[in-house]
Amino acid sequence: MKVSYNWLKDYIDLDVTPEELANKITLTGIEVEDTFHPDAGLKKIVVGYVVSTKPHPNSDHLQLCQVDLGADPVQIVCGAPNVAAGQKVIVALPGSRIANNEKIKKGKMRGEVSNGMICALQEIGFSTDIAPQAYADGIYVLPADAKVGAPVYPYLGMDDAILDLAITPNRADAQSMRGVAYEVGAVYAKKPHFDVAKPVETAKPVTDVLQASVAAEKDAPSYNLRVIENVKIQPSPLWLQIRLWNAGIRPINNVVDVTNYVMLDYGQPMHAFDYDKIGSKEILVRRATDGEKLTTLDGNEHELIDDDIVISNGTKAINLAGVMGGLDSEITNETTTVVLEAAIFDPMHIRKSAQRYNLRSEASSRFEKGINKGTVLTALDHAASLIADFSDGDVLAGILSPTKIAPTATVVEVSQERINHVLGMQISTAEITKIFKRLAFGVSETNGQFKVSVPTHRWDISIPADLIEEVARLYGYDKMPTTLPASASTPGILTPQQRRVRQMTQLLEASGLNQAISYALTTSEKASQFTLTPAETTSVAWPMTVDHAVLRMNLVSGLLDDLAYNIARKQVNVALYEQGRVFLKQDAKMTRPEEVEYVAGAISGDWQAKTWNQVAKPVDFYQIKGIVTALLDQFNLKATYRVTTTRTEMHPGRTADIYVGDQLVGFVGQIHPQVEKAYRIKPTYVFQLNLTALLAIDKQAVVYQAISKYPVITRDIALLVASDVTNQAITDAIFEKGGAHLKDVTLFDSYTGANIEKGKKSLAYTLTYQNPSATLTDDEVNAAFAKVEKILVEKIGAVIR
Amino acid sequence: MSTLQEKLTQLQQKGSQDIKAASDLKQLNDIRVKLLGKKGPITEVLRGMRDLTKEERPAVGSFANKVRDALAEVVDEKKAELEQAKIAQQLATETIDVTLPGDQPKVGAHHVISQVIEQLEDTFLGMGFKVVYGYEVEEEKYNFEMLNMPKDHPARDMQDTFYITKDVLMRTHMSPDEARELEKHDFSQGPLKMVSPGRVYRRDTDDATHSHQFFQMEGQYIGKNVTMADLKGTLEFAIRQIFGEEREIRFRPSYFPFTEPSVEVDISCFKCNGKGCDVCKHTGWIEVLGAGMTHPNVLKAAGVDPEVYGGFAFGLGIDRFAMLKYGIDDIRNFYQNDVRFLTQFEKRG
Ligand SMILES: [Zn+2]
Repeated sequence: MKVSYNWLKDYIDLDVTPEELANKITLTGIEVEDTFHPDAGLKKIVVGYVVSTKPHPNSDHLQLCQVDLGADPVQIVCGAPNVAAGQKVIVALPGSRIANNEKIKKGKMRGEVSNGMICALQEIGFSTDIAPQAYADGIYVLPADAKVGAPVYPYLGMDDAILDLAITPNRADAQSMRGVAYEVGAVYAKKPHFDVAKPVETAKPVTDVLQASVAAEKDAPSYNLRVIENVKIQPSPLWLQIRLWNAGIRPINNVVDVTNYVMLDYGQPMHAFDYDKIGSKEILVRRATDGEKLTTLDGNEHELIDDDIVISNGTKAINLAGVMGGLDSEITNETTTVVLEAAIFDPMHIRKSAQRYNLRSEASSRFEKGINKGTVLTALDHAASLIADFSDGDVLAGILSPTKIAPTATVVEVSQERINHVLGMQISTAEITKIFKRLAFGVSETNGQFKVSVPTHRWDISIPADLIEEVARLYGYDKMPTTLPASASTPGILTPQQRRVRQMTQLLEASGLNQAISYALTTSEKASQFTLTPAETTSVAWPMTVDHAVLRMNLVSGLLDDLAYNIARKQVNVALYEQGRVFLKQDAKMTRPEEVEYVAGAISGDWQAKTWNQVAKPVDFYQIKGIVTALLDQFNLKATYRVTTTRTEMHPGRTADIYVGDQLVGFVGQIHPQVEKAYRIKPTYVFQLNLTALLAIDKQAVVYQAISKYPVITRDIALLVASDVTNQAITDAIFEKGGAHLKDVTLFDSYTGANIEKGKKSLAYTLTYQNPSATLTDDEVNAAFAKVEKILVEKIGAVIR
Repeated sequence: MSTLQEKLTQLQQKGSQDIKAASDLKQLNDIRVKLLGKKGPITEVLRGMRDLTKEERPAVGSFANKVRDALAEVVDEKKAELEQAKIAQQLATETIDVTLPGDQPKVGAHHVISQVIEQLEDTFLGMGFKVVYGYEVEEEKYNFEMLNMPKDHPARDMQDTFYITKDVLMRTHMSPDEARELEKHDFSQGPLKMVSPGRVYRRDTDDATHSHQFFQMEGQYIGKNVTMADLKGTLEFAIRQIFGEEREIRFRPSYFPFTEPSVEVDISCFKCNGKGCDVCKHTGWIEVLGAGMTHPNVLKAAGVDPEVYGGFAFGLGIDRFAMLKYGIDDIRNFYQNDVRFLTQFEKRG
């Protein structure tokens, strides 16, 4: 809401600057986003009188104007088609500043001296859609009584200050000048004073020319019409045009301007119909029929539905109620009889219609947020009176009001004790009473119990909390005390799981991975890739784009998108991890998907960059597996890695499923080369773990074990095995027969190539034995070791070397 | 002076010269063995004492021992000198260019959004709040209805919310967690103090200042005697922890459906210190969070008696905090994960 400081001063006595006012309003209730002076940045722009004009000798469209600026007339070259002798015009003198900080200098145009510039409104800062249409393509003509040589700003309302108020949904009362005046009055403890106008009616009753009815009272609980005859359409007086353009509304003609003016003044939207184009002598407010067509003022045809409230002429819709008028009954220069409407429509229907047809307007926004029930008829009368004044029209006797609301004050009770309890203060009953009176509320108090009578202009107030808020803000938030709650202390600690997750992110970062946060909404295809276990997708009903339409069921595809983004920007060595939710529907009928915490990593390019003393080392499976092992180790979990060839997006020869016990908790491996190609990324290794599952398993507390004082004994064993025998199979076999004292098995060599039979590989392990309670003898170890050799030969088919 | 003594004196002089002339440890050892060994000249001299008188013997003997000790000392000195020289030579050959770069371990960066979340969590943990994470896919009941946003409330417009079905949606703020915790909380165990950071979704077109996904944190403190003065005190404390002791803080009225009175909290601009700049849009103030006294309808909806219990709630945008703190001008940076962006922020691995 753009509030004119000068207009406001008509309603309330102000002795503060616009800036002080803006700051005060902001701190007491309504944020002022900007305080704008229309003449800011303009310099040396004055009223000029065009004495004479003659064509420029070297141009077919320029005129040489002799302009009186208070002394001897000077020559100014002007290209506007509407410039003429006898006009008072806007002149930018040499050395002046016009809009956009442009400087005007004395100069020559095609050989003729020009002492400045005759300006259009746009050239001194008016926006093109606000400057009146009549002057859209030429200079602006000032009123004849403008004083030659004087600054032009007061004649155009540019000496005003405009406060731009950000109105929250609860304060729709401030979407009107009168509402703002009440608010400013409450802030400064001053009583606003308003003028009202009642039209002089002719003897002819309105019922002679029009009947009105409302089909459902709920749709239009207050519906009121007046008719004005013998109207002459012409421009509005300049003072009214100024008020409109300073509020950001373009002046059109005396009828339309008055409806807009009264809307700004009272917050009551008005509509004017051309009586002769209604097509009947009847107005009926009803619901549209499905498929009913209406062409609105903007020229667009809409197909209406049963949810829309329309104004009809008894047979067809002529207006989308509260949203936009119909083109057919629009006020034009030929209009002679005006039907003026002031109503209250059901807010929800107005909101939905405005949304449905994308027709949000000043009027619909007010109907949505509420109307002062107390001034519907006052506003109608005021508007009729102004139109009659400006157009020489005759207001017919009476108002058609098929529905009408009796304005009554709302009574709300609240106690001093309650107010002080919520605010944590000790405000006296006298002070509270004073605040309610400043708001123009009726108030009576007995023993600290307030009975507050809220007038219709504050329809947002209906419960005690509303009154407490009024007291708090007008008392001043800054004057309220600052305390800490006196309640019992509570432990502020992370849960063990939350702590564990923080530790995990630290470990992954210490391992060289950067934390990423990707989009959780992705494409349907990417959402379903890399799933740990099969699940159904969850999609949003109306996505903004297919790229963000389906909830992810894995974290890997997001990381691959991130890699691709980096690689496209020449960042090829990238290591990322992400911890976040995936959304799994175990069956399509679940209303909400299960939200499971996952953690995933992706490494592409060189793991070790080439430096002066290191060779470049591309990432490989064992590096990323090492990170996964460290992560699981942090959770105190021993995992097994099982060959998997069935994950379609993964390399079938370089991927392992990760199990803790019999539970599948993740996988690790290389991305399938075809998938890498589709993502436009280089060879990439990834892991993905079900973090929720890990946190659930991670329940065993650490059990301390004393460090054994008995020595360890080691035995090395070298094996020749078929190349498809896995390390897991060998170590499983070793542990199977390793005996009670086998503590550890470590692979220390793996070799294929020269001197090794084709299809075979050579592996070497160190076996570590220790008895925690006695010194092991060589004989004991030898016996245990022999059993290991035996099972490796028999079960694995190994040749011991 | 006996001839033996003279001989010993000569031996000492000659021996000292030889020792001092030794050029390496092996040569020195050879000299030592030759001079002081069992077959050496001093032993020889001592053997010659047989020919002396009983009276002469002690003097010569003690003189011989002195010579031997003196020579041994010279050997030790020379040995130390040669060892020192040897180490110095070795060190010289081992010298490297210490200005060459070190082999730096790779350390990843913590996402700036996570850093801000953890800083906020830690601040409120320190004040006795707990941290909860709710559902990203919510029931509209918790996202709207229980928060005093009935069916026809403008905030529920389709253009703002990603609906999954009529009753299920992507949470648009972190408030649903507050409703769920309120519903669950056993007030006989004390007040409810919680913060809830997390990912929220709005049906928006992504550009420099809009994102269909971003992060928020909300919190609430509900108990028997929690006042608006307490709201001011708690939030002032938290804001000073995060933005610094020197910040000025102002509270001004605002509107949220789920609180009344509602508050907007501004801090004095940390770029211009209140003089006015681009960051604060020339007002000197930066809006950092919204808050208010929990609306009685919200308490009622969660089955909490507003006549007995009350308190405050607050909410803030994590992305906005991070953008303000670091002057980041494009919100998409947070979710595109360009490593040149990610690695600019504090590493703590
Ligand atoms: Zn600033």
